[in-house]
Amino acid sequence: MTVAFRLAAPPISGTLRPRLLGVAVTLGAVAFLLFCLGMTVGDYPLSVGKVVAALFSAGDYYDRVVVYDWRMPRALIGLFVGFAFGMSGALFQTITRNPLASPDMLGIAAGATTAVVGGIVLGIGSGLGTQPLGLAGALASALLIYLLAWQRGTTGYRIILVGIGVSWACNSATSYLLAHAKLYEAQQIVGWLVGNLNDSTWNLAVPLVIAMAVLVPVTVALSGWLRALHLGDDVAAALGTPVQAARLSLLIAGVALVAFATAAAGPVAFVALAAPQIAKRLAATAAPPLITSGIAGAVVLLGSDLLARELMPDTQLPVGVVTGLLGAPFLLWLLARANRAGSGG
Amino acid sequence: MILVIQTSTTSRGTLLLAAVGALLVLCLLSLAIGTRTIPPGEVLATLVGRGGEDAIIWGTRFPRTLLGIVVGASLGLAGALTQALTRNPLGDPGLLGISAGAAFGIVVAVATTGIASLYGYIWFAFAGALVASAVVYLLGSAGRGGATPVKLAIAGVAITALLTSLTSGISLVDPEALNRYRFWASGSLAGQDLGVLFRVLPFVLVGTALGLAVTPALNSLALGDDVAKSLGRRVAITRVQGAAAITMLTGAAVAVVGPIVFVGLVVPHAARMIAGPDHRWLLPFSMVLAPVLVLAADIVGRVIARPGETEVGIVVAFIGAPFFIALVRRRRLAEL
Repeated sequence: MTVAFRLAAPPISGTLRPRLLGVAVTLGAVAFLLFCLGMTVGDYPLSVGKVVAALFSAGDYYDRVVVYDWRMPRALIGLFVGFAFGMSGALFQTITRNPLASPDMLGIAAGATTAVVGGIVLGIGSGLGTQPLGLAGALASALLIYLLAWQRGTTGYRIILVGIGVSWACNSATSYLLAHAKLYEAQQIVGWLVGNLNDSTWNLAVPLVIAMAVLVPVTVALSGWLRALHLGDDVAAALGTPVQAARLSLLIAGVALVAFATAAAGPVAFVALAAPQIAKRLAATAAPPLITSGIAGAVVLLGSDLLARELMPDTQLPVGVVTGLLGAPFLLWLLARANRAGSGG
Repeated sequence: MILVIQTSTTSRGTLLLAAVGALLVLCLLSLAIGTRTIPPGEVLATLVGRGGEDAIIWGTRFPRTLLGIVVGASLGLAGALTQALTRNPLGDPGLLGISAGAAFGIVVAVATTGIASLYGYIWFAFAGALVASAVVYLLGSAGRGGATPVKLAIAGVAITALLTSLTSGISLVDPEALNRYRFWASGSLAGQDLGVLFRVLPFVLVGTALGLAVTPALNSLALGDDVAKSLGRRVAITRVQGAAAITMLTGAAVAVVGPIVFVGLVVPHAARMIAGPDHRWLLPFSMVLAPVLVLAADIVGRVIARPGETEVGIVVAFIGAPFFIALVRRRRLAEL
């Protein structure tokens, strides 16, 4: 449902979608709750109240130290990585008009993975750490996909197909490197491959937060083009959208989001694919809603991380193992519920 | 008009014959090349029973080549069927949760029963694949509208993610399960004998028959469910048949050689660029081109890392992907 409104003073008019707004606010509240709950877990027990107090610079000094210095990086990385994956998933699924076209399948996360694994095994740029390598790999593979898909312009369909090719070439390179790695290197790689928040520090969190502060507003500003592209290239062009330029800038935004997220937490599976579908079904919109998808992604990732630490406190279960466990049943339930209500898939 | 159709038919027929010819040449090469290379003449002599290389050719390379052909053809056909049924270019034969189900079956088998031989856990892999795809199909087809392509695809990826999580969880707790799982997941044709192949062959044959039987209906289905219905097709039955065929073909293939689903993902696209969107041509082309890719990758894998080998699952994507991208760039794309 859409409600149009017009105000006399100040002279503002627009449309409101109450259901979308409600879903976004509810999910946002859940995300904030999970963000705080995540910071209560650890050797030094804290209540949710104490965490919230510390967040607003009140409460005990030691509580503030524990929250800000120790636990905040993990929670922030979880929040922003989930948000970035969800939002970029919505971007890719809308541009290509395909619910399976998440960055996981289009070779961008695969490129980041190959770069990081190659760096560890071959010792290239080992002084740099995983973050710059992952970033470089994601950007390089995205550039490669775009250039290879370019032939007097691109189409969403050709980007998907070239993306599949690049993704699998990267995957097989990763498998080869993994098979030829030394055992301790292989263990290090496998820990990173599934997506992991266990090594979160402020050094990893700060670049991510800065990147998100730039990328999220830019992406939101471009979202008008996104709505037009979802109608198909021809209709978008007829509506006056510069199709090629719009697609390129939206792809750059999506790739940058994935690149920074993957660099911070590894290629966490399934969030980018599931979050937009969850948001779309909750809000009952035609295309995945951009910001709500991001919030849904943050909920899935923060929830998975909390679940991983509660389920097996001693094993340091990587978050990427749990995202499927938490996200999949929820998505399936939404799918079944949508069927019953007759609102379609 | 009729003339046009006939010329294109004969040229497609010639191309299909050429592909079969290429497959035969690769079979010969697959028998000849390896740690010890045997000249083609000697290979042919041994095949008709007059050569002296029985041990290598009949004992090792013949089972391996046959396995490559059967697995390749199964995955090619299953891939083409998956893309037709889901009408999604990203559809691979593992999309219905089949590979994830097979992996989960293996890990559960090793963790609970301690079975360690391929003969033992192949049935667990197969059962996992069957159960997973049945669940995906039921979830995807519940409610109004039946099994629409989008619902099937989303149910498939969700079940895949769920099972993958469980598989990783179990293999984190049980190192032996992880070890077995990794061996299977690398995807190799080596070290198999014909016994393994014969165990899954009935499923491959039934799956192939089912898959080829629904071919004419797939052409109608490509026009959308409503048009297909008005053309007199029974859409739901076609989907069930197709899904059953995909499950049997892919389940058998991945249970034996591991998840080399890439073959089923790209070969139908290559076939579509050569043969066009008509499924009566697309399916046979996929069935011939897929073993060509599998055998070529297997041979390359034997040559590049002498005296060792690189697994076919790794090589197939590495040589298949650039070729695939080149095809995507050259041809006008026939969209699904």
